[in-house]
Amino acid sequence: MAEIRNYTMNFGPQHPAAHGVLRLVLEMDGETVVRADPHVGLLHRATEKLAESKPFNQSIGYLDRLDYMSMMCNEHAYVRAIEQLLGIEPPPRAQYIRTMFDEITRFSNHLLWIASCGIDLGAMTVFLYAFREREMVMDMYEAVSGARMHAGYYRPGGVYRDLPDHMAPYKETRWTKGKSLKRRNEWREGSLLDFIEAFAVDVPDKIDEYETLLTDNRIWKQRTVGIGVLTPEKALQMGCSGVMLRGSGVEWDLRKKQPYAMYDQVDFDIPVGVGGDCYDRYLVRVEEMRQSAKIILQCVDWLKKNPGHVMLKNFKVIPPTREEMKDDMEALIHHFKLFTEGYCVPEGETYAAVEAPKGEFGCYLVSDGANKPFRVHFRAPGFAHLSGINEMARGHMLADTVAIISTLDLVFGEVDR
Amino acid sequence: MSATPKAISEMFRDRFGDRVAVGETFSGIVTLEVDTDAWLEVCRALRDEEDFSYEQLTDLCGLDYLSYGQSEWDTTDASTDGFGRAVEGMGPGRFDWAGRPEARNVKQRFGVVVHLLSFRHNRRLRIRCHAPDEGMPIVPSLVEIWSSANWYEREAFDLFGIIFEGHPDLRRIMTDYGFTGHPFRKDFPLIGNVEVRYDSQKKRVVYEPVQIEPRVGVPRVLRDDSRYKTDEVDQAADARAEQIAAEDTAANGRKS
Repeated sequence: MAEIRNYTMNFGPQHPAAHGVLRLVLEMDGETVVRADPHVGLLHRATEKLAESKPFNQSIGYLDRLDYMSMMCNEHAYVRAIEQLLGIEPPPRAQYIRTMFDEITRFSNHLLWIASCGIDLGAMTVFLYAFREREMVMDMYEAVSGARMHAGYYRPGGVYRDLPDHMAPYKETRWTKGKSLKRRNEWREGSLLDFIEAFAVDVPDKIDEYETLLTDNRIWKQRTVGIGVLTPEKALQMGCSGVMLRGSGVEWDLRKKQPYAMYDQVDFDIPVGVGGDCYDRYLVRVEEMRQSAKIILQCVDWLKKNPGHVMLKNFKVIPPTREEMKDDMEALIHHFKLFTEGYCVPEGETYAAVEAPKGEFGCYLVSDGANKPFRVHFRAPGFAHLSGINEMARGHMLADTVAIISTLDLVFGEVDR
Repeated sequence: MSATPKAISEMFRDRFGDRVAVGETFSGIVTLEVDTDAWLEVCRALRDEEDFSYEQLTDLCGLDYLSYGQSEWDTTDASTDGFGRAVEGMGPGRFDWAGRPEARNVKQRFGVVVHLLSFRHNRRLRIRCHAPDEGMPIVPSLVEIWSSANWYEREAFDLFGIIFEGHPDLRRIMTDYGFTGHPFRKDFPLIGNVEVRYDSQKKRVVYEPVQIEPRVGVPRVLRDDSRYKTDEVDQAADARAEQIAAEDTAANGRKS
């Protein structure tokens, strides 16, 4: 009789459902996964080491490139850590802008998640729907920071600049003109805040559209219900955070439990799952999108009523404006010192965490009093989630592994750092 | 976070005595310094005991304290040559593989820092453990206590060469297959030591020594001068002004 042996196969690093550069070595018994051993690090860029050789502000750009689906949330953790050590607090308007853009980022992340998860499980249409909205989110990023993805917008002490009064409209092309151009520019006649408001008012209807495609879809449910079940105890042991934890029924959200920025001033709910399977994580993410829209509207309302500074006026940390530089010697000196040397952060260590779309994104910062960090460590949610994939995938079919990887919401920029 | 930081620090002192050194509290997080001997015992108590119940290990990372507090630019003394223009020192990124600084016997060079989170008490804690031997840093593994430590310890082993005793699967995780050295150590060059390219004649990928030069534009400076103290002066002045204003209103109130 022929001997039956387990079969080892490679999943990735070029597989489209591996969400980047995950190499998963799977030991298979027929179609069933016996052991999953992820090999990560293919995107390791030593961000933490690079940050040690640069003044504090110059590393903000690297943070965008960690989790490149939720750029501003990463920046938020880093600038909060610096602010804690410096003992400064940004003005309220900057805090509201950060809250709003954190939520816009969460929205954008979940849109991309629903799109790619749909494709992984064979639902093409939702991808097209989600990218239609994501385009507008990218436009918001572009309007406020000049970059569509890697914004570099948050700074210690506030945000780089105030929200623009003007939203760039579409220009006439051979394909977009007349009525269709008018329709596309309908929201873009006022300021950025008007655009964001129109978007956030409209978007629950768009979320309904995604839900009609997926929530009661028989195939979708067959692929996700009861797959990759994570009990609350296991989720805690594995170091899960964010949706992974809430999908398993643990009511934990840093925005509520350890509020930062202006999250204690806005009203929103925390959706919690019951089963801890892929379907519950999907439901939690969809509901989070709705809650994000709610928070965005509250922030828009406040920001419209309260103009003010978006940066602290502390020239020891924050550079003066160009205008001030032109007629004030001292401002010029400050500007020169801040851009050649940077500021020195008092000796100490801190840990600042934010509720990033994927979970708890933390920044552990050690300063020895220099103008560069002595050691900075980023706690990426995806790293902890991926480490538990062996336990989650064991006993499932190969195709279910795709569903599990997908609902872990991995981005290898942050897993590998 | 109902209990005050002081009360929390006391709680650790009462429970663990001199097995831990309770450090300062910053932004609501207490720091505990624990010896390797007591490491596992303390951690187990932190997880299981009602008063602590740190259910989750959120983060674990290695640290290399070589060159802590060293600057590359003397900012305090002026000499006849003027203000020290030349950058001196071996800060991060200033050396290549051949010229890497010699790691003298620095006491307590390698450390492991763990961040714990208690969901029940909504409280965070930082615990640190220094490896006793710098040549061969060994720290007991926490995988038995919190399974999330698994990959974090692999990462710290890979990047710092800290060996976690009792870890079930201590492999490299971030660096390339067959990599030598521990890249996040302070005596490892920022530019690395090998580079990879495809050799069309040999028809395979080859490893060669790096060709780029170390280049860091901004010197590392430590400043602790008065410019960072202006805030305190301002705050003191503000507080004084408020006090005077309050006294004035009180006096006016009495008059009317």
